[in-house]
Amino acid sequence: MEVPLSVRGILVITEKNMRLYYTKPPVLMFGVLFPVFMFFAFFVGRHLDLATYFPAFLAMMLFFTASSVGPLITPWEKREKTYERLLSYPVTQDSIILGDVLAGAIFGIGISLLVWIVSAFFVPVTIMYAGMFFLAFILGTLSCAALGVLLAAPASNSPPNVMIFSNLIRFPLIFISGIFVPLSEMQGWALTLAYCSPLTYLVDLFNAAMIGTSALSPVVDGGVLIVVFGGFILAARFIQQRNMMKGM
Amino acid sequence: MNALEVEHLVKRFGTVTAVDDVSLTVREGETFGFLGPNGAGKTTTIRLMTGVLTPDTGTVRINGIDIHRHPLDAKMQMGVIPESSTVYGDLSAEQNLHLSGKMYGMSRALRNTRIDEILSQLGFAEKRHSPVNTFSKGMKQRVSIACAIIHRPKILVLDEPTSGLDVQSRRLVIETIRHMNEQGSTIFLTTHNIEEANTLCQTVCIINKGKIVAMDSPERLKKMFDTTQSVEVSFDRAVTRDLFVAEGIIRAEPCGDKWRLYTDNPDRVLKYLVLRAERESLGITSLTTTGPSLEEAFVQITECA
Repeated sequence: MEVPLSVRGILVITEKNMRLYYTKPPVLMFGVLFPVFMFFAFFVGRHLDLATYFPAFLAMMLFFTASSVGPLITPWEKREKTYERLLSYPVTQDSIILGDVLAGAIFGIGISLLVWIVSAFFVPVTIMYAGMFFLAFILGTLSCAALGVLLAAPASNSPPNVMIFSNLIRFPLIFISGIFVPLSEMQGWALTLAYCSPLTYLVDLFNAAMIGTSALSPVVDGGVLIVVFGGFILAARFIQQRNMMKGM
Repeated sequence: MNALEVEHLVKRFGTVTAVDDVSLTVREGETFGFLGPNGAGKTTTIRLMTGVLTPDTGTVRINGIDIHRHPLDAKMQMGVIPESSTVYGDLSAEQNLHLSGKMYGMSRALRNTRIDEILSQLGFAEKRHSPVNTFSKGMKQRVSIACAIIHRPKILVLDEPTSGLDVQSRRLVIETIRHMNEQGSTIFLTTHNIEEANTLCQTVCIINKGKIVAMDSPERLKKMFDTTQSVEVSFDRAVTRDLFVAEGIIRAEPCGDKWRLYTDNPDRVLKYLVLRAERESLGITSLTTTGPSLEEAFVQITECA
């Protein structure tokens, strides 16, 4: 009986999150507006080859959208005191974490696909390996959504504090992940830093899938994203369990 | 059969022991009151019982199911109303109820039927589509209760459900608790309102500093801890405390426009008051006697511990 109950819990929590949090201002601000403005700031009037940089832009878009929902949910629920009721329903903490990840992932996929479709009218977007592209999309969105949930795990009950903290982590990542400077042009400590960012592997995998060139093997990129996804979930689970030992 | 069995529950937060070896049993169909002063460990105990927190040691069984080993099955048996009216303000009352019903695995048809029933029972059918954010505190609490009873739980756990409510909302909440109990649900209730516990509960348990210090029926607790009775009197004009210096009156306390006189011999005090009123040309506007109160017992128990 436990397994179907757990699955139902995840789905109901995902639906609840989609209904409640997709239209919250911080999500729209950091999940939609910000990456679009970043794109304009870096690409408009710079005569860059949009088709070459499009995989990196798509990765950045996916990164911001998928990781913007997670940091909001837990602190918001703790502030509104709905978190306690949620835990008293027949759901486990794991179902809550996975429901939050799924809500972030679906948001990331939805918005990024929309941007991709609209961009296709203006940018000559190509996909060389559709299967790999699909896999990159799924792995990328799950990893980024898991990062969002991890960022909320040590949360207080103050959504603004958590959003600030999450942006402190997320913003530096876009500068060290091969989005604006390709990995092939990085050297020394910059390259070491780039390999520490999960976004690097997503950008590289998108490059491999869309334009056929990548710095690392797609298998390595995919493998790292799977490990990162699992690692983020386990870390979020560990931190939330530790928080619960201290009280609500 | 026991609906709820709690054995040797312990929960520490750092160096503070919030719940210290708590054991209790609630029989099926019983209304069980859990009382204690602020910070006594009531809410932590409820969180441990409902699977929100994990105990350091001890077990909780809901209808025989260990909540920490089989949390989902155990939680299916329960409806929980946390301390604050914890509902989603951005959703309407009906959407909150649908969400709750889905959590308990109810089909859409069953949810719709049950929501209609509950909305009219709790008196907010006409506001079913309004966002809960626009509701008063009492209305929000009704939605919170509705969310907890949508699946007709076998055990209803309520953490101070009438705290801060107006008279109408409080009555409605109490009526709902009674109704659920009549329908067969076991009720576990914490409250600061001693009178509420006195009228609703078959058993009352008092917790202080994380430990259970008394557990019995309200009547037995009253008799055990307080043999003092009181006489309440009011006159047609103001009087001073000096009037109540007499044999048989243990102490006198002003109580609104009345005086409450504590005594172990109410007959003697009544006679004294009538005589004294006549002598002082005072008109008695009201005169009542009350037996030992659960509140007095509560105060004595928690002060002694």
